Amino acid sequence: MEALVEAKQVKQHFTVKVKGRKLLLKAVDGVSLSIYKGETFGLVGESGCGKSTFGKALLRLYALTAGRVLFHSADISALKGAALKAFRREAQMIFQDPSSCLNPRRRIEDILTEPYAIHRRFTPVEQKRKAAELCDMVGLSKTHLSRYPHEMSGGQKQRVGIARALALNPQLIVCDEPLSALDVSIQAQVINLLEDLQREFSLTYLFISHNLCVVKHCCQRVGVMYLGRVVELAQADELYERPLHPYTRALISAIPSAEGRAGDGQRREILTGDVPSPLSPPPGCSFHTRCPAVTEICRREQPPFTEVSPAHFVGCHLYHS
Amino acid sequence: MLRYTVRRIALMFVLLIGVSLMVFLISNLVPSDPVAANLSQTAMSDPQVVAVFKEKWGLDKPILQQYWIYLQHLLKGDLGVSIRTGQPVAADLMRYFPATVELSVFAMLIAIVFGILFGVLSAVFRDKPLDQVVRGISVSGVSIPSFWFSLLMLYVFFYKLGWFPGPGRLNARAPTPVGGTGFYVLDSILSGNFALLSDALSHLILPAVVLGFFTMGLITRQTRSNLLEVASTDYIRAARAKGMSETRVIVRHALGNALIPVITVAGMGFCNLLGGMVFVEKIFAWPGIGQYAYLSATTLDFPAICGVSLLVAANYVVINLLIDILYGIIDPRTRYQ
Repeated sequence: MEALVEAKQVKQHFTVKVKGRKLLLKAVDGVSLSIYKGETFGLVGESGCGKSTFGKALLRLYALTAGRVLFHSADISALKGAALKAFRREAQMIFQDPSSCLNPRRRIEDILTEPYAIHRRFTPVEQKRKAAELCDMVGLSKTHLSRYPHEMSGGQKQRVGIARALALNPQLIVCDEPLSALDVSIQAQVINLLEDLQREFSLTYLFISHNLCVVKHCCQRVGVMYLGRVVELAQADELYERPLHPYTRALISAIPSAEGRAGDGQRREILTGDVPSPLSPPPGCSFHTRCPAVTEICRREQPPFTEVSPAHFVGCHLYHS
Repeated sequence: MLRYTVRRIALMFVLLIGVSLMVFLISNLVPSDPVAANLSQTAMSDPQVVAVFKEKWGLDKPILQQYWIYLQHLLKGDLGVSIRTGQPVAADLMRYFPATVELSVFAMLIAIVFGILFGVLSAVFRDKPLDQVVRGISVSGVSIPSFWFSLLMLYVFFYKLGWFPGPGRLNARAPTPVGGTGFYVLDSILSGNFALLSDALSHLILPAVVLGFFTMGLITRQTRSNLLEVASTDYIRAARAKGMSETRVIVRHALGNALIPVITVAGMGFCNLLGGMVFVEKIFAWPGIGQYAYLSATTLDFPAICGVSLLVAANYVVINLLIDILYGIIDPRTRYQ
């Protein structure tokens, strides 16, 4: 499989002021992974684990603190000016909250023609025709073009967000929790739309979500993040059937099942405590404060991230001896 | 939208009648005697003169009857005659108000231009030294007492440096501009008298800076916080992801949305100024509505007090209406269907 994007030890740190003291927030702390061409790569984890920040860092919406991002094997982590602008055409983003991702003072037509205007593509008339095509592509009608965002439903706004991301024919789309603000019935429609578009335009998705069922349904490979690091990465089927990391096991056992028969399936593992603050992550394995299988070494040493079976990586001392 | 505007204007008249009643009653409750305020000591000692004075101004009638007479005239558009000046109140207002309007407009221009500029810089360079400096300026703008700031400005820029002229609207020897609008800048442009124009402008600058400084502080803070709020929304991220340059992101996407609440602040600031700033007008010898209100209040000139109050109330109503209409234009979410 050919890698479209490769993240190599990507770190994204922010300085934040807490009660007047400057602290380092390690939102993403050394993430390495590859996303293959044409696949949907799922990234799951609790709120605040750094998955959104990682997605934005891949798109160079932040200046990386450390590490590199390769796109088609070319390093994009230091691009500037025209080269960065050219990269913007190849990689786009779909946002979580459809009501805040569209400028409330712009009509849908202005929102959809703007990508062309920024990159000086087409004449104004052609841009409008393109905007109408985009509407059609995502299942909106041309009458929506003259509307303002507040005149549309959440699902429709999310479709506009998708259309905007598609405008420049990108290869990679980072979907940052594209479903979490939508009703369940609309979620299904949007998933189907994303899958149709992926087939039609051979898109590659980085699908960021905390909804494990959705990720299982639409992703080929899945990475699990905890406190700024990837703790497990495998094929989706493998990960859901044979989760190795205690954190992944807990997440997967928490998925509610439709059958729900007593005694069916695995025992539910309930994690105690909260995610430690990323401002002061615990030493050693960052999960050791909540891990049911914690040992002495976990408190001291950070486990290496190793391939324990083909294409199944895990960062846990249990599998590294 | 038209129906809405008409209804708002109709409501304005109801409000103004209420204001006139309140002002009339309150100014009559003041434990002071308009007779004593307007007649000399010798005239006061003659009961006949006092009786004639009271009869002439209707002061011998019960208060509610006085108000009823006033209201009847008011509905015909007659604001009565000022006890102090002996002129119709409407004519007095027409003479004093343009000076205040002209000064307020210039003060607002300064406040808006610098307020938005500083606010944007402050947000873009958040927590950097520039932001701290701007914060200092805007906080002092809001907190420095205007009478002290007026004196400071006059001392430095008129007395010490001599860059700007002293108090007054024009040089003492300059002829009053013809044109009749009462706005000297406008009048001198209309009559093509550019020497007079520069004279009028140079007299405007110091008081306009003093008055604009306060509102500028408010606008700066408001612009900064709104811009920071808008800058963290996803549509700003989307604009960046599309490859838009940072300057265009701020100007085209962020600023428009950030300035919506600033309109309210600026409008209220303008209303405040149009009410006449007594201290500043006094110190700069500016013949504006603030001075007129002050003189009317100290002589218990009831018709004039009512007239000024109605004018100020009408300013608020009209400017609020304009703000609401402007909101509809720039924010599609608040548009009336």
